[in-house]
Amino acid sequence: MPDVIKLKQGFDINLAGKAALKLTEGIVPDTVAIKFDEFLGMHRPKILVNEGDVVKSGTPLFFDKKMEKVIYTSPLSGEVVQVKRGEKRKPIEIVILADRTPDYVDFKKYTASQLAGLPREAALDQMLSSGVWPNIVQRPFGIVADPSVAPKSVFISGFDTHPLAPDFDFIFKGQESYFQAGIDVLKKVANTEVYLGLNASAEVSKVFSGVKNASIHKFDGPHPAGNVGVQIHHIKPVNKGDVVWTLHPYGVIQIGKLFLEGKYDGSKIIAVVGSEIQAPQYYKTYLGTQISKYVKNNLKQSHVRFVSGNVLTGTKLTDENDYLGYYDHMLTVLPEGDKPRFFLTDGWLGPVASRLSFHRAFGLLSFLNGKKKEYVLDTNINGEERAFVATGNFEQVVPMDILPLHLVKAVLANDYDGMESLGIYEVVEEDVALCEFIDVSKQPIQQIIREGINLVRES
Amino acid sequence: MLFLHHLIEKQRPAFEKGGKLERFYYLFEALETFTFTPPTTAGLKGSQVRDAIDLKRMMMTVVIAMLPPLLFGMWNIGHQHFLAIGQPEAAFMDKFLIGLIQSLPIIIVSYTAGGLVEVLFAITRKHPINEGFLVTGMLIPLVMPPDIPLWQVALATVFAVLVAKEVFGGTGMNILNVALTARAFLYFAYPTDISGSKVWTYLASGDKVVDGYSGATALGVVAEQSTLLSEQKADFAGKAMEALGNTPWAPGLFSFENMFWGAIPGSIGETSTLMCLIGALILVASGVGSWKVIVSVFVGAYATALLMNGLAVNAYMSVPAHYHLVMGGLAFGAVYMATDPVSASHTEIGKWIYGLLIGVMTIIIRVFNPAYPEGIMLAILLMNVFAPLIDYYVVQANKNRRLNRATV
Repeated sequence: MPDVIKLKQGFDINLAGKAALKLTEGIVPDTVAIKFDEFLGMHRPKILVNEGDVVKSGTPLFFDKKMEKVIYTSPLSGEVVQVKRGEKRKPIEIVILADRTPDYVDFKKYTASQLAGLPREAALDQMLSSGVWPNIVQRPFGIVADPSVAPKSVFISGFDTHPLAPDFDFIFKGQESYFQAGIDVLKKVANTEVYLGLNASAEVSKVFSGVKNASIHKFDGPHPAGNVGVQIHHIKPVNKGDVVWTLHPYGVIQIGKLFLEGKYDGSKIIAVVGSEIQAPQYYKTYLGTQISKYVKNNLKQSHVRFVSGNVLTGTKLTDENDYLGYYDHMLTVLPEGDKPRFFLTDGWLGPVASRLSFHRAFGLLSFLNGKKKEYVLDTNINGEERAFVATGNFEQVVPMDILPLHLVKAVLANDYDGMESLGIYEVVEEDVALCEFIDVSKQPIQQIIREGINLVRES
Repeated sequence: MLFLHHLIEKQRPAFEKGGKLERFYYLFEALETFTFTPPTTAGLKGSQVRDAIDLKRMMMTVVIAMLPPLLFGMWNIGHQHFLAIGQPEAAFMDKFLIGLIQSLPIIIVSYTAGGLVEVLFAITRKHPINEGFLVTGMLIPLVMPPDIPLWQVALATVFAVLVAKEVFGGTGMNILNVALTARAFLYFAYPTDISGSKVWTYLASGDKVVDGYSGATALGVVAEQSTLLSEQKADFAGKAMEALGNTPWAPGLFSFENMFWGAIPGSIGETSTLMCLIGALILVASGVGSWKVIVSVFVGAYATALLMNGLAVNAYMSVPAHYHLVMGGLAFGAVYMATDPVSASHTEIGKWIYGLLIGVMTIIIRVFNPAYPEGIMLAILLMNVFAPLIDYYVVQANKNRRLNRATV
């Protein structure tokens, strides 16, 4: 039995609209899109396709001129209908019209036993050219990993504690062999230890229970216990100069499938959740799917916000014709909160129990509701942006030996040494997302941290 | 209430860039956000939902926690007044009303003077008007003697908001506690008006005080007695307690129980330890005030006072340690001043050190410096200055842990 690492700091946001354990297959999106903004470290993409080109699942779409070996490929077969560009011809997204019948580029296929004898170079090449590589996100910086830099370790978090997050046991059911193959390939390519973090307070999913060749650690505690950054911090922290690879289990499975089946499979199961969805459940679809088919006739009202990803770190989508993000496994639909609230009734002096708060200041009664209560939260920021006030609360939601307030202040002061020594290499946005949630001054903490990361990365 | 919001929104263009009243934008913003939580929604990326808290609500919690000492203080002003003129049996409401009439102007002056500075700075420096003043504006009256001239309140408030806060960049940036700066300003600028025995009890002109009356506070009584005995080189054992017991116009005025309850002369809000503890309960339960700071101030003060007892060479040093906790403004300072999150230590370990040292310094200043009978004010201001240094070492320790990890 692996030791359980108990985490005290954190906060669970219990939202209404959890997905029922029900999967609908067969709803194929009309179009999918790959958005360039998703890849945070991308320098200048070189686009390899033109509008009208027919592509298969695994056909190269573009690469980054700074990291030419890493090929980004099409998640499904179809036709490139649009290469959308913005100002100064900055590429925005590539839109692909989906075929009815899937067609795959053939990659080399191995049996599980052959994988053991597979040379590292061959494995690496196949990963780079097929499109599975961008699943590997490196710390520091939270960007697509550089294949020429050997990592210190590889980390996979086997659970997601974000609000309304998908249940990995459900979405990865029956993928055990792929997952194991993925671990084996990663171990070979990274040539180092692979760590898997599991949830101590739930039964271990079948996908992970029989895993070999990985060091397993269990974590117990509120969100962000499932964040890979938190797990790295407690097992093998990222120091200056270190590189650690992190993957979502989906990426591991994609890698495993690539080697066992010889194809790049861009299909994924997503959770469509949130208080404004009539029937929250799971759908089998494709990476970068257009969301319209999954929300049409499935909304409780029309004044909503579509969020790609979870409510803490997600991205606002423009409308139902927009596309889910490359790394996202869920679509959250929230009520839009653009209504003013009178201060005595439901504004800043009124008693509120229906809006969740980490705090217990005057009139904030949500702590009386108990942990079982599910909240319908809207997108209102519930206040005004104000100067930083050091309330000492940030430390209570970051379960790492990091002083978030001091780190943020170091970023704001452009203090490179300070950022470095206070742990900028260990965090990405999601690790401080709860700070942004609970902040009384409504500061954009995640954005500040990203600015800090970029400063250090570019220095 | 939506019509009201529409009405306010209609005025917005005039205050926005290019509008006629552009320079008053932040005044408009303050008014609007005061009446309505704005319809601002979360940005494109990042947290799409936010906590129900905002700065206004947090500050309001502190104001509410100040109500017990304030209301008690109002009654106590009247109570002390009637004690002094020999009518302690006066009705409760009579006492309360006198206190209300006496303290309300101080509160109004403090809010107005400070608010004006705040608005002026917001307009010229183009930053939002900050809610922090809700708290400061109330704290200042609570540390004022009831008989203080109003112009002094105004002057001290203006000085404090200007020098302690705005020159450092406004709320969140100040190094010193603003309310204490106001008090310290008066202390050093008008020492004769704010110390001694005259200001602590409200007396109208023509009031005749009872025989043997003295308006000194407990700290003043002990300090005076201690100095006297030292000069005479007389035996000090038990003399401090004797002096405290010597209040013929109100027997038992400076008994431990009565000082804990708070019916003693002193600043408006500081006299009652009990009310401060109720406030502390509100602050700690709501998570707005740090219990670590409150507890460690008391612990620091008690331990230091005990040590003094052991080494006593004068009357003041021999005052029982538990008396120190209820005398003067220790409780008020610990609960409302030391916990100010901006000027206190920002790290959790730092808060213990910060609080302990405030307690220690308070007793040292009280006992060894008879010129400043009240130690907590100077102790907190001093530790405000040292808080960044404490934090520096705590943060440095964090950095070193990270560095050591890398080199191992």
